[in-house]
Order: sequence, then C-alpha cells, then structure tokens
Amino acid sequence: MKTRLQRLLPLVWAIALFGVILLLMVTKVLPRSYQQMLPTICTYIIMAVSLNLVVGFLGDLSLGHAAFYAIGAYVGGMILRYMTAIPFGLRMIVAIVAAAVVAFGVGAAFLYLVRKLRGDYLAIVTLAFGEFVRSIVKIIPGTGGSAGLTDIPTIAAGAFPAKYIKAFSWSYLVMILCIFFIVNLIRSRHGRAIMAVRDNAIAAASVGINVSRCRIVTFAIAALFAGIAGVLYAANTAAVNPADFDYNVSIEVLVMVVLGGMGNIGGSIIATIILVALPKILLDAAQYRLLIYAVALIAMMMLNANPRFVSFKRRVGEKLGAKFKSLRKGRA
Amino acid sequence: MQTFISTLIDGLSLGSLYALVALGYSMVYGIAKMLNFAHGDVIMIGIYTLFVTLGAMGTSPLMLALSALIMIAFCALLGFTIEKLAYKPLRTASPLSVLITAIGVSYLLQNIALLVFGSRQQKVPTYFSLGSIYIGSVQIELLSLLILAVTVLIMILLALFISKTKLGSAMLAVSEDKGAAQLMGINVNATISLTFVIGSALAGVGALLYAAKMPWVGPYTGSVFGIKAFAAAVFGGIGSIPGAMIGGVLIGIIEAMMNVFLPDALSNASDGFAYLVLIIMLVLKPSGLLGRKQIEKV
Repeated sequence: MKTRLQRLLPLVWAIALFGVILLLMVTKVLPRSYQQMLPTICTYIIMAVSLNLVVGFLGDLSLGHAAFYAIGAYVGGMILRYMTAIPFGLRMIVAIVAAAVVAFGVGAAFLYLVRKLRGDYLAIVTLAFGEFVRSIVKIIPGTGGSAGLTDIPTIAAGAFPAKYIKAFSWSYLVMILCIFFIVNLIRSRHGRAIMAVRDNAIAAASVGINVSRCRIVTFAIAALFAGIAGVLYAANTAAVNPADFDYNVSIEVLVMVVLGGMGNIGGSIIATIILVALPKILLDAAQYRLLIYAVALIAMMMLNANPRFVSFKRRVGEKLGAKFKSLRKGRA
Repeated sequence: MQTFISTLIDGLSLGSLYALVALGYSMVYGIAKMLNFAHGDVIMIGIYTLFVTLGAMGTSPLMLALSALIMIAFCALLGFTIEKLAYKPLRTASPLSVLITAIGVSYLLQNIALLVFGSRQQKVPTYFSLGSIYIGSVQIELLSLLILAVTVLIMILLALFISKTKLGSAMLAVSEDKGAAQLMGINVNATISLTFVIGSALAGVGALLYAAKMPWVGPYTGSVFGIKAFAAAVFGGIGSIPGAMIGGVLIGIIEAMMNVFLPDALSNASDGFAYLVLIIMLVLKPSGLLGRKQIEKV
C-alpha cells in the first residue's frame, strides 16, 4: 500500500517543476521564443493525454479529436470575446466550464449516435465528424465564418516576461488539473472498467460492465478535455480559424500518443514536449515535420509488432527500473 | 427539370467513379480485413503521375495511352510495395496497430506529394475533350457517359474474374478463412498481394477518369475522395460488387444535387454536409445493404 504522502508525490513534483520553469522565465534564462511555446505545450499535453484515454485505454481510434478542440476553442473564444462585462479571470473560468460542458455533450451525443461502430468504421466516422464540425462552424453566426474569430482577449498581457509567465501559469494550472483528473479516473473502478472493455468487450459485458455506456462516457470525457484545451488555444492565440482544426491536428495528437506509448500517460507528456519543441529547435527540419510524423507512426507499429524489439524494450525497462530502485535505496 | 436531369447524370458519373474506388477498398477489406487508408492517396499519386507524364510527353492519343499505362502500372506497383513493406509484417498484429500503420502510410504519401509538388493545386493537361450531346433540351456530357460505361465494364470483368478463374476463387477462399485456404494449398500471401495489385490498378483507372472530369490535383485530393468511396463501400456492403455501385452512385448523386440545389446561405459549408451524409450512411447501415451480417463470437 502506498502511503498518502507517496500518492501526493507527483503533485509535489509538478509544483517543483512549475517553480523551476517560473524561475527560468523570470530570469530570462529561457529565451522569448521558448517562453512563447510553453502554453502550446500545455495545450497539446491536454490533447494528447485525453486522446490517450480513448486510444490507449479504451482501445478505440478517434481521428476527430480536433473537432472537440475546435468546439472548445469556439465556445471559449466567443465567451472571452463577447462577455466583456465579466472580469477576465472569471471569464476564463466561465469559458472553460462552458466549453467543457458543450464538448462533453457533443461528444456523448455523437458517440451515442455511432455507438455500434468500432475499429476502422469508428475511425472513418470520427474523421468525417472532425471535418463536419470544422466546416459547419463557418455558417454559425458569431464565429466569424471562414475568416475565423478574431480579437479574442488573450491571457498574455503586459511586458515580457510577465505576459508569458501569466499565460504559462494559467495553462500549466489547467493542464495539471486535467492530468490529475485523468490519472485518477484511470486508477479508479471506472478506469479498470475502461481497460476491461479494451481487452475484451464481451468478457467485460459478462461481468456486468455496460460496454456501450462505458465507451460513450469515456469518449465524452476525452472530448471534454479536448474542449478545455481548445479554450487555452483560443486564449493564447487571440484568433481561431476553421483551418486550425483540420485532420492534421488530429493526426499530430495521435502521433504524440503513439510515440509516447498507447496507454501510458507519462509517455504522452514526454512525446508531446519533444514533438512541439523539436520543430522550433531544428528549424531546418521543420518542413519535414509531417513526413517524420508519418514515418514515426509506421515505425512504431512495425517495431512493436517485432518480438525482438519488444523483448529488447522490456530488458532495457527492467535495467532502468533496477537502477532507479537502487538509487532510491542509496538515498534512503 | 433540365438542370435536375443533367445534375442526375453528373451525379451518376461521379458516383460510378466512387464505385470504382470503393471496389478497391472493398476487395482489400474483404481479404486482408483492414481498411487501406492509403488507397485514396494511391489515386492522388496516380493523378500526379499523369500530371508529370502528360506534361512531359503531350496529350496526343499515343502518348495519352502510354502515360495511362505507365500510371496504372505505377499505381499497381505502389499498392504492391505498400502491402509488402508496411502491411505484411503486421499480419498478426492487433487491428488497431494495422489501422494506425495504414493512416501512417496515407499520411506519408500525402506529405511526399506535398514536398515534391507543393500545396498548390496543379492543373493536369486536358486529354479527353469529348464535348456534349443534347437529348431534347437536356445537355449530357459525353465524358459522364464514358466514365459510367468504363466503370460498368470493369465491374463485369471483375465479377467474371472472381467467379470464373482459379485466382478469383482463391481470393474468395482467403476472404472466407485464411487458415483453411492455406490448408487447401492456396498461397495466402500471394493472393493478398494480388488483391492489392488489382485494387491499386483500379485506383489507377479511377485516377485516369477522375482527372478527366476534375483536372486539378493537390496532396489531399485522394484522401477526401477515398474517404467518401470507403463510406460508399461500407454502405453498399463490404465485399459486394453491385453494393459498391449502389453506394457509390448514391453518394455521387447526393453530392451533385447538393452542389446545385443547396441554398446559398449553407453553401459555405457544403463540404460539411457531404461528411454529414457519410456519417449518416455509416450509422444507418454499418453492415451494408448487400453485405452479410457479421456475428461477433467469443
């Protein structure tokens, strides 16, 4: 049994990391372009972790995660833009809650509609849904049509580095809350039900899990977090456009999940940081970014199907684990 | 009324194009039990091949025939290579891994095209200028009739191939039960390769007809077209040749009608409605009009 303290340890780490990054920002050790990138990383981490809930833990493939990102961005963006009577901090919270509710509702309704589809069919239907949402926003009044929604008040205000610190703090706080919720969900009874459905839906049904409901709720929860990520996007970029939420975004997030390891939250986080930061570091390779994504997807699948690689991975994992343990013991 | 009939015929020819591509999806799905996401992108590569060869050699009938042959052969080779390199190593992997690999291959082809040709839409030289005929006061494009005729011809040939030849029976057997087919002395790997080659060659024919009708090509031309064709295959019933025709024609007609009759206020989102139709089709009939019901066993 883990003690209460041990269970809170990740939270302590999260706060420590926040402190370190903040220090780097205040002292301007972290250059401006990297400071600017931090909120994007937080946003994408929420996207990747929530998609992992569907792909890694539920075992269904969604190619329309960007749809809920778009819904969140538009709902949040419109609230931030039009409800100017409310002070900004409160407006952010209203926007996040509203976007979460709408994204959850749409996600649940959509999956209820397509609950009989699995595997390849679900992938296609989610892809179609993503494109449908992106296209349909254009004719909804107040969204700015094809030109997009502009002049959204952003979190980042004031001088450098204060404005990026503000943007990062908001994004980081929201991200930690999202990860915290998802990790706890997975460790709970519901999380075990989700994984049971993934491993064998019929067996899961036979022990009393309502498979259909489990899939709908899991999918909707993932949609909810994608919606929250959308609000962060809107509040950081000042403008949202239907073109920001195309198929490529869904694929990009899928690459993060697959590279990090399906069903591994920590992996998703690390992969996201690498994939968002890498194009900025290797500017020359930026044009090959999407090509690299494609190769990464194929390579990961081939490697994981190769028994020699799988056993190699396990050996390395065990070695690292043993080293880590001995380190801990040495410290104690 | 005249617009209605000419739109109907337009939709019919567009639909038969969908049907042709749907066949490729349907055959592969029936045999390899996987959604070949890259199928649409093979069409895209095919159109780019035409763009290059026709641009280099001109559009005289001889050169046209030569470039069409080169392009179809190239598509078939591409399909064969994709299967050998990407899908074959995953024969025993989980369906999710296979699906993600297929998406990866599709994404790879799109981005290769993006790097080589750029994101701008390129114009393929015109090579079929057939004009149109009038029946009464209704204008009918001859190209539409040609596309329809070619599709129907190919479907009949394919149906004959599957029912009359040994290779065709082998394909049926593999789609029924891989293990049993192997025990009967059928080379399963070769049969699956053959299916990919035929499917991709059909995609090549599709590319030839597509570019005659809509001569613009960009990196994403194929994937959008392919997704709709897959929905057509599912709606008509996976593994059924007439089903693919019904599904394809239905989508083609709905799309053509929407392009003409959708009110201006909504036309901004006409893509969205096309996808909505697709979602509805998949939700309504996931087992297909002419398909067999799949029974899930433990």
